Amino acid sequence: MSTDLLTVSPSPHVHVELTVPQVMRSVIFAMLPALGFSIYTFGIDALFVTLVAVISAMLFENIISVYLLKQKASIYDGSAVITGMLLAFNVPSNLPWHIILIGSAVAVGIGKMSFGGLGNNPFNPALVGRVFLLISFPVQMTNWPVPIMDAAVDGMTGATALGHLKEGIMQGIPVSALMTEMPSYRELFFGFQGGSVGEMSAFALIIGLIYMLTKRVITWHIPITMILTVFIFSGIFWLIDPELYANPFFHVLTGGVMLGAIFMATDYVTSPFTHKGMIIFAIGIGLITVLIRLFGNYPEGVSFAILIMNAFVPLINKYTRPVKFGAKPIKS
Amino acid sequence: MLLDFMKGLKHFHKGGVHPHENKLSAEAPIKELPLPKSVVIPITQHIGAPAKVVVERGDTVKVGQIIAVHEGFVSSNIHASVSGKVGKIDKVMDSTGFKKMSISIRTKDDIWEDSIDRTPDLVKDIPYTPEEIVKKIMEAGVVGMGGAAFPSHVKLSIPEGKHVDYLIVNGVECEPYLTADHRVMLEKPHEIMVGTQILMKALGVDKAIIGIEANKWDAIEGLKKIAPEYPGIEVQGLRVMYPQGGEKQLIEALLGREVPSGGLPADAGCIVHNVGTIYSMYMAVQKNRPLIERVVTVTGKSVKEPSNLLVRIGTPISDLIEAAGGLPEDTGKIISGGPMMGKALNELDIPIAKATSGLLLIPEERSKRQEVYNCVKCGKCVEVCPMGLQPVELSLLSKNKNLETAQAHGILDCIECGSCSFICPSNRPILDYIRYGKSNIRKAKAS
Repeated sequence: MSTDLLTVSPSPHVHVELTVPQVMRSVIFAMLPALGFSIYTFGIDALFVTLVAVISAMLFENIISVYLLKQKASIYDGSAVITGMLLAFNVPSNLPWHIILIGSAVAVGIGKMSFGGLGNNPFNPALVGRVFLLISFPVQMTNWPVPIMDAAVDGMTGATALGHLKEGIMQGIPVSALMTEMPSYRELFFGFQGGSVGEMSAFALIIGLIYMLTKRVITWHIPITMILTVFIFSGIFWLIDPELYANPFFHVLTGGVMLGAIFMATDYVTSPFTHKGMIIFAIGIGLITVLIRLFGNYPEGVSFAILIMNAFVPLINKYTRPVKFGAKPIKS
Repeated sequence: MLLDFMKGLKHFHKGGVHPHENKLSAEAPIKELPLPKSVVIPITQHIGAPAKVVVERGDTVKVGQIIAVHEGFVSSNIHASVSGKVGKIDKVMDSTGFKKMSISIRTKDDIWEDSIDRTPDLVKDIPYTPEEIVKKIMEAGVVGMGGAAFPSHVKLSIPEGKHVDYLIVNGVECEPYLTADHRVMLEKPHEIMVGTQILMKALGVDKAIIGIEANKWDAIEGLKKIAPEYPGIEVQGLRVMYPQGGEKQLIEALLGREVPSGGLPADAGCIVHNVGTIYSMYMAVQKNRPLIERVVTVTGKSVKEPSNLLVRIGTPISDLIEAAGGLPEDTGKIISGGPMMGKALNELDIPIAKATSGLLLIPEERSKRQEVYNCVKCGKCVEVCPMGLQPVELSLLSKNKNLETAQAHGILDCIECGSCSFICPSNRPILDYIRYGKSNIRKAKAS
């Protein structure tokens, strides 16, 4: 054999073989249980919303990267699919398709591509899109369909458990009275509650978490810390006055805590490098979420909390540099 | 992990990766390669000054005869590895990819220097003084055989003001595929033990630890069994983790001491030698046998017979590949050393050097780098860096030639283990940039 064709390159010559498209694929697989559950509770609408969001996100990314920026098509790395899915997971399943298109355009165009595409965006793109929609279309964005099995008539809508709670507390109704109208913890855990497409079922989301942990796509640091922080911080208030503040289990199982902790806050691009940084980041999200829920105007605060902490990531990275080898004093 | 703890395995505590071990040749006993037709022996196979050639074209040399003498303290003697006639003395490409002055010898018969003891008998008594031991090792041209090729006698003279209390023998062989050290430990356990004792005597220390990863369990057990015969020597199993064979990582794993930034193992009270080197030192001191041959692993997924071959220094790699069943059709890359830190070769007549631990043949479809994506800031490179650095940041600083900041962030501490590039999901050439930055810093310092 001739050796003219031998490859010469610097070491290392092997790779872990977990590449960006594979990571993205694993995340997509991990989101499927939640999507499946959503289709089960909200019917075909949930699938429709997701498809519109995913296809439009891919379309916008392709248009911007190929025609506007004249770069290589970047949709094959799978990140646009995730942005689309996460956007859909964060909106009601009866959201009109043209609003989803706007959300998609903002998420991909402003949230991601305007910063230079994959890896360069400071904020989670799906959340940028979601918050844009929430501020621009408050009525449509907070009008959630009731799960199919609970709905007396087709197309019935209502507030989420958190929204209901907030309104009740504002009117001065004690939490214990409000709780009698709420779904049971079992129903909340499995997801029989009103809410955005992908956020209701803690059970389905946890399956996704376990899948991502076993595939080593993410580590436990962000999701577990964030959920624990929400639990402990809301628990403190609950202990102070259980008639004014809801039980911590209720806070963890409702709204976007699970979805945020497992799929949004763990986004590589917008979270810190080190485990220590990740823990600080997740504690911050947990605290801000509870503060918004208890003292803010919105019933729900996960999206804002994550976006606010996204802005702190460079600072967190700066102050949580790993300790260099050799810093430890030698004792013999 | 719990099991490792129960077995009493130690490990280093910062970063680390787990590449597939692929120790294909672990079961293959060391086989002596037939004498090569000719050898090409570079005069710089070590870190330091090149040796000075003392033979001329046409001279007849014996096996073990000095053909190039060390120049200065940090240098090493070069010996004829075969007997025969000296041929061309010219620049030849070696495994570093550079052309280096080399002496070629056409093999004729197999005549050895008379002083060399060629019997296989174990010699346990060490009648020499520390000075004599260092001199013998220097004469024999022994260099670090784990890859660094640092002249061994230099490491035996402890710098002023440093106190060394441990000798550490590196039997980790954390590079995937390589099994040369493993086989030496299995087949020559007593020689390793005596060699360790020789070094303990030379260094004046009474404690030595042989660190071996748990994927060489038979070697750990074999050495543990005979350890009671050799007081002061402890055999310690280690959890399989790359780059545990790095000097600094191994010291930390065994003793919990971190060598300070820019420091030497002696700053942590240790001297580290590779097992292959220990074996060569045993041969040098007890058998008067200079470093003229070494064990080389020839391996790869498509290699017919992955082998461990005892070969003379200067043998062309094509001879070794032939002995392992020939060059596979699908070969796309030939690596001298292991897959994590080895160097890719571009020719088949490159000679085996003192520090060549293995030849790895990688199939065509696995020899090219994969598509590079944008950095997704996942932090995996930070997580795995065994030196506690932020490779992602250092590579960007190097790329942008922001060398001062890179230096402030510890770029010179990088041991180039490749864990960052290995783990990067975006296939980014992180280490390439860091090397580029390091060499630019060195250039700036030199000028």
